[in-house]
Amino acid sequence: MKDIAQVVEDTSFELLKVAATKLPSEVKETLVKGKNETKGSLGKAQMSAIVENVELAETNIKPMCQDTGLVAFFVKIGDKFPLRSEVKEILKKATERATKNVPLRPNAVDMFEGNTKTNIGLRGYVPWFYFDLVEGDKLEIIAMPKGGGSSNVGKMKMIPPGKGIKGVKEFVVEALAAAGPLACPPYTVGVGVGGGEDMCMNLAKKALLRPLYHYHEDERIAAIEKELLQTLNQLEIGAMGLGEGPSVLDVHMEFAARHPASLPVGVVISCWALRHAGATIDKDGNVEYHPH
Amino acid sequence: MAEFHLTTPIPPEKLEEIKVGDIVYITGIVITARDEAHLKALELHEEGKKPPVDFKGNGLFHCGPVMKKNEDGSWTVVAAGPTTSARMEIFQDKFIKAFHPGIIIGKGGMMERTAKACQEEKCIYGYFTGGAALLAADRIKEVKDVFWLEELGMPECLWVYQVENFGPLTVTIDVHGGNLTEDSKKNIMKNKEKILEEMK
Repeated sequence: MKDIAQVVEDTSFELLKVAATKLPSEVKETLVKGKNETKGSLGKAQMSAIVENVELAETNIKPMCQDTGLVAFFVKIGDKFPLRSEVKEILKKATERATKNVPLRPNAVDMFEGNTKTNIGLRGYVPWFYFDLVEGDKLEIIAMPKGGGSSNVGKMKMIPPGKGIKGVKEFVVEALAAAGPLACPPYTVGVGVGGGEDMCMNLAKKALLRPLYHYHEDERIAAIEKELLQTLNQLEIGAMGLGEGPSVLDVHMEFAARHPASLPVGVVISCWALRHAGATIDKDGNVEYHPH
Repeated sequence: MAEFHLTTPIPPEKLEEIKVGDIVYITGIVITARDEAHLKALELHEEGKKPPVDFKGNGLFHCGPVMKKNEDGSWTVVAAGPTTSARMEIFQDKFIKAFHPGIIIGKGGMMERTAKACQEEKCIYGYFTGGAALLAADRIKEVKDVFWLEELGMPECLWVYQVENFGPLTVTIDVHGGNLTEDSKKNIMKNKEKILEEMK
């Protein structure tokens, strides 16, 4: 009989390590393609450095960027999975271990006490957890560390509902133009629409987890995603914001119902290092890592 | 586009030859400093005191690295890419005037106040590919010193690195008033206006 708590801890440690050191294969392929298609020496130099760096990280199992991010976990707990509330403490333990052994940069700063050195906040909120209760006997964990530079250009706006989808698109264009060279482009963009002022940001972040070029199952939403991808590249931000090469790799949107009086729009932007890794553990402790 | 290999301390007259778009590589001393270290160094300066390391002619690196402490107490650089320089715009000009670094290394570019100080005080800005932390770590040959580690923490303290051919750095601010990222931003804003006008 496996020690299920230990399996969850070891798996989560592994997910944090993989997320920090190895890009999902389709993200890497897209960056390589972007490099090959970039015209102009400024952009080409930037894209080449990104791709070379990604390969170094993968080969040497080292973090691809020194900003290993603020850690978040997306967790789905099955009704019949043997662990419940303990999962939170186990994930914190894995985070602390990864901070020491991958290593990850200690990024949890308390406003009054300073850097906690463990990536664990002193007030219970970091790492950030998104818990969901689902049917079945499995536990799904996705680790998603996100860098500060690209989080700093995230934006939320409550736009007048009368502006409709056009208003949503305008706001996304404005958010990306404002991000410009600041947050390590080429970017991947997550957009959350509806829900409320908090949920639209949550949805936008979740949208980043969808693999690149997998568009929304609702064709009307997929059409807007594709249109925005094309439009945002016309901004000519370019690799690292120097105007040459790809600006945006992909755009994903999620929609929730909204209050009749509100049209909340959240834009979460990822730098080129779109990092996440997932696994599913069954009730007997068998681990299946998601394709990466 | 020309390529330059510079050794620290970089003589100000050497910087006159360099223009935006050129590529430079640095050999010598590069010191990391982010938001907190800038604030602390400037506070000391205002009190008439000196920070524990001399920036003059050296590289000032906007970077919060991942470092690993070895058993013998020495340090190894794990990952050391640039951080977003724009955060330092609020006090970078004061820092340049107080400490005269030869080159600022970061990513994302800097704005008008910094470019003006660079022109007046002879300093350039070298853009290192954002996130390319392992390429950067590879060019750091020795960790010479660390200051303020306990007080500010690993990302925010001063790490003093001996580097060799550190780069490629794309010059986006030169001593002649040029600023490539500001030019790019103007183009982005112009494109934005056009997109919004035509949007259905």
